[in-house]
Amino acid sequence: MRRWLADRWVMGVALLVLGYLTLPILVVAGLSFNRPSSRLSYDFNEFTLDNWARPCATADMCDAVVRSMEIGLIATVVSTVLGTLMAFALVRHGFRGRSGINGLIFLPMATPELVMGTSLLALFVAAGVPQGFWTIVIAHVMFCVSFVVVTVKARLAGMDRRLEEAAMDLYASEWQTFRRITLPLVLPGIVAAALLAFSLSFDDFIITNFNAGTTVTFPMYVWGAAQRGIPPQVNVIGTAMFVIALLLVGASSLRGRRARRAALAVLATPAGKP
Amino acid sequence: MTALAHLGGTPPTTPAAPAPDRRRRHRLLPYLLLLPGAAWLLVFFALPLLQLAAASLYDPAGSLSTGYAMTWAVGNYPDALQAYWPQFLRSFLYSAIALVLALLMGYPLAYAIAQKAGRWKNLLLVAVVAPMFTSFLVRTLAWKTILSDNGALVGLLRDVHLLGPDGRLLATPVAVVLGLTYNFLPFLVLPLYASLERLDPRLLEAASDLYANPLRAFGRVTLPLSMPGLIAGTLLFFIPATGDYINAELLGTPNEYMIGNVIDSAFLVRLDYPQGAALSFLLMAAILAIVFTYLRRAGTEEVL
Amino acid sequence: MAQEAPAGDLRLADVTKRFGVFTAVDDLSLTVPQGSFFALLGASGCGKTTTLRMIAGLEAPTSGRVLLGDRDITGLRPYKRPVNTVFQSYALFPHLDIHENVAFGLRRRGIRKVGEQVERMLALVQLDGYGRRRPAQLSGGQQQRVALARALINHPQMLLLDEPLGALDLKLRRQMQIELKRIQAEVGITFLHVTHDQEEAMWMADTVAVMNAGRIEQLGAPADIYEYPASPFVANFLGQSNLIEAEVSGHDADDLLVTGHGYRFATPLERARSRQGPVWLGVRPEKLHLVADRTRVPDGRNAVSGVLTDICYAGVSTEFLLRTAWGQEMSVFTANNDPDARLVPGVEVTAHWHPRHSFVLPRDDSAGDDADGSATRPGATGGGRADGSPADGGVGVPPQRLEAAT
Repeated sequence: MRRWLADRWVMGVALLVLGYLTLPILVVAGLSFNRPSSRLSYDFNEFTLDNWARPCATADMCDAVVRSMEIGLIATVVSTVLGTLMAFALVRHGFRGRSGINGLIFLPMATPELVMGTSLLALFVAAGVPQGFWTIVIAHVMFCVSFVVVTVKARLAGMDRRLEEAAMDLYASEWQTFRRITLPLVLPGIVAAALLAFSLSFDDFIITNFNAGTTVTFPMYVWGAAQRGIPPQVNVIGTAMFVIALLLVGASSLRGRRARRAALAVLATPAGKP
Repeated sequence: MTALAHLGGTPPTTPAAPAPDRRRRHRLLPYLLLLPGAAWLLVFFALPLLQLAAASLYDPAGSLSTGYAMTWAVGNYPDALQAYWPQFLRSFLYSAIALVLALLMGYPLAYAIAQKAGRWKNLLLVAVVAPMFTSFLVRTLAWKTILSDNGALVGLLRDVHLLGPDGRLLATPVAVVLGLTYNFLPFLVLPLYASLERLDPRLLEAASDLYANPLRAFGRVTLPLSMPGLIAGTLLFFIPATGDYINAELLGTPNEYMIGNVIDSAFLVRLDYPQGAALSFLLMAAILAIVFTYLRRAGTEEVL
Repeated sequence: MAQEAPAGDLRLADVTKRFGVFTAVDDLSLTVPQGSFFALLGASGCGKTTTLRMIAGLEAPTSGRVLLGDRDITGLRPYKRPVNTVFQSYALFPHLDIHENVAFGLRRRGIRKVGEQVERMLALVQLDGYGRRRPAQLSGGQQQRVALARALINHPQMLLLDEPLGALDLKLRRQMQIELKRIQAEVGITFLHVTHDQEEAMWMADTVAVMNAGRIEQLGAPADIYEYPASPFVANFLGQSNLIEAEVSGHDADDLLVTGHGYRFATPLERARSRQGPVWLGVRPEKLHLVADRTRVPDGRNAVSGVLTDICYAGVSTEFLLRTAWGQEMSVFTANNDPDARLVPGVEVTAHWHPRHSFVLPRDDSAGDDADGSATRPGATGGGRADGSPADGGVGVPPQRLEAAT
């Protein structure tokens, strides 16, 4: 009995903690079917499908979601390209000033978002740049690049250099080697980095809050609505995001064990400690 | 097939002549690859920090509409600290308490997934990451429902007299700390998991074979070997938690405000840029000081 | 099948490769004749893989030249060289199936219709029907054969094999050794085989070059190297040897006479690499005979007496360890056909051998460490084996016998 307990208690604690982590999502999903008693109430009141039937009943909110997606897509493309190039330079080439570059990539991940947000605000104000859609994009690319570098770097560093040597030995030029061997093998890492960048951008509040001007992203909308009363459709969006992300993970796991392991390895190192 | 290999047979020697322009192109390539990203980070990360430093020394008498004059007003720092030291202290206190809670919860979780989960490993890992799949703010608002005065949790705690009949969870420090713990726990668990997953279970068998009881085996084998993940996870938890103001705003009251709330209002409500900048810098300096002291103590600076 | 390219030996001319202060390959000159099966043998870190990589074009020599036939290929990119490599861990492309892996080189050279050639090549390595599988679905031996097919399909002038069998277990390795020899005979391409396995090198190659510290210590046919090693390093890296410290004391018409530890030994003059001063007198363990009675040593034989300290039974043979009066442990192998019951640990015995089995090597007193005369096990000198495979493990079966037995 003592042995059994000794073997199992860790798992028991782990499941309780997982419960703690999952509970709010269940509540969000539940609230998406709730008709609140008043605008400022957060309690369960009455079951309804209205919120799902008319998710855009609050037009402002859907505009904000669309805006967040636009910003997310642009920031993802730019940061993925910039970060992937940097990762290649870091893993594949020797150059002077490596530690400086590493510091420049690491620091944004170690700096509180608050400081990054306020400092960008100070810069934009001092330079007289009007704040809005594009200042948000600039800010998002800035904090996504580091995460892209780290994610792609991990994938690239784990790749066997001999595969490229073998390709060159088999008459593939530098470009053909990159196109036929390197790129296909690093692609899962780049895709994972892009997904990470998109989710970081889509969900960012603090940095956006300081650099949005009058532009309203989804997190900004939620923040503002929290003072005035939250429309229940916010929970529909939250639940939908969750389900879509879950489906993406599920789809990747159906594409074979290797892809799944790669995806999880990437998820497990969002902070870049490979 | 007899081979007639022989040593020697030396043709005239010339040093190997590598193609010079290929070499030059190769030397330039890394800089070209780095240039766009590094430039972006320099202009939109490093330069703003300098601007923030400058703003923290502006004349506090200025305003956004009339413009600020650079007067090297070092006094902004003590003034800001004087006015807001309680929020400052509270930030570190709350995030420290949350960190302890997160370690107590996160270590067993990471360990169980890495070493005990078997074929459920991937599923459990997804469950840890899952909260991050949906909006941070929406999840934090869900805690308002969970901790609500009319909710099941408060009802239960009142019934067992852990809370008085009018006792609340929402709008208390407890709610804020719980929110912080919840929001940043995955950042602690994932690096820790990555470290623990690499731990060879045979090391523990070897330890117990060498007369270590489970507690000793943990202290002498598991814990030291998970140190890199533990350090990384701790920092990844502590840094954003200290700078956070969403939990304090949504789950607390002005009595629970952290330094982030003050900075937010300095920049966006009161429009007192010098003070906001000074507070931002103080926050960053304090965090960096703690991080470096901690890393020195932990003796592993390579995590950076 | 091959050889549409002009005939050409591979020549390395004064090739040196330095990595920082470390000299991996030190002024190496070497000719590999076209069509030969050539083995570069050495312990890990001796520079053999670096040499191979310079031939493949994956590493540029610090100085010196690489020539293939009349062509100087020193500065040529790897994809411009008519040379293909079988990599140590095969380096099969994980995202391509077997068919595409094998077709890779053809496609890069712009050949469209590859199907038939790939099928023929897969048949040659006995993998017909595996074309649609991924590398990860194949066993180690099958992956090895895919790597071979992927290189051979290009009809290179030369095939480089970098420890190609290192990852296989003993039985599979043996099988692949036969296979490789068969294929080499069939296609007639020059094979340059890099290995740390002395047995594999001797067994497969018609010429073996023993490398040590970036230089070639000895080069020749396997039997020549084994029977008459050029240095103490070779004497103990290729099989094992008993090396006795001695001084040259004179010679008669045919034999060199040396004295060591109170014994006199004779060696044919043509088997002496030094005819004066301090020398090593060497003899292979399987050349020794043991007698319990000293007086029964036939006339004209070299002999050493000592006490038996250990007897290791290894199936095909038995290894006896004989401790001499000066504390050296000598190794004696005997075939297990009429075991002498009197040979038990503790008894005084005499080992004797025919002078023509001796060899004499110069002894440099200052460099005593790399020629530790008492070393009887190959693991004790010569850098040791990286994998400790049973082929030359502790029991010390001489390679030839094991071969005969399997």
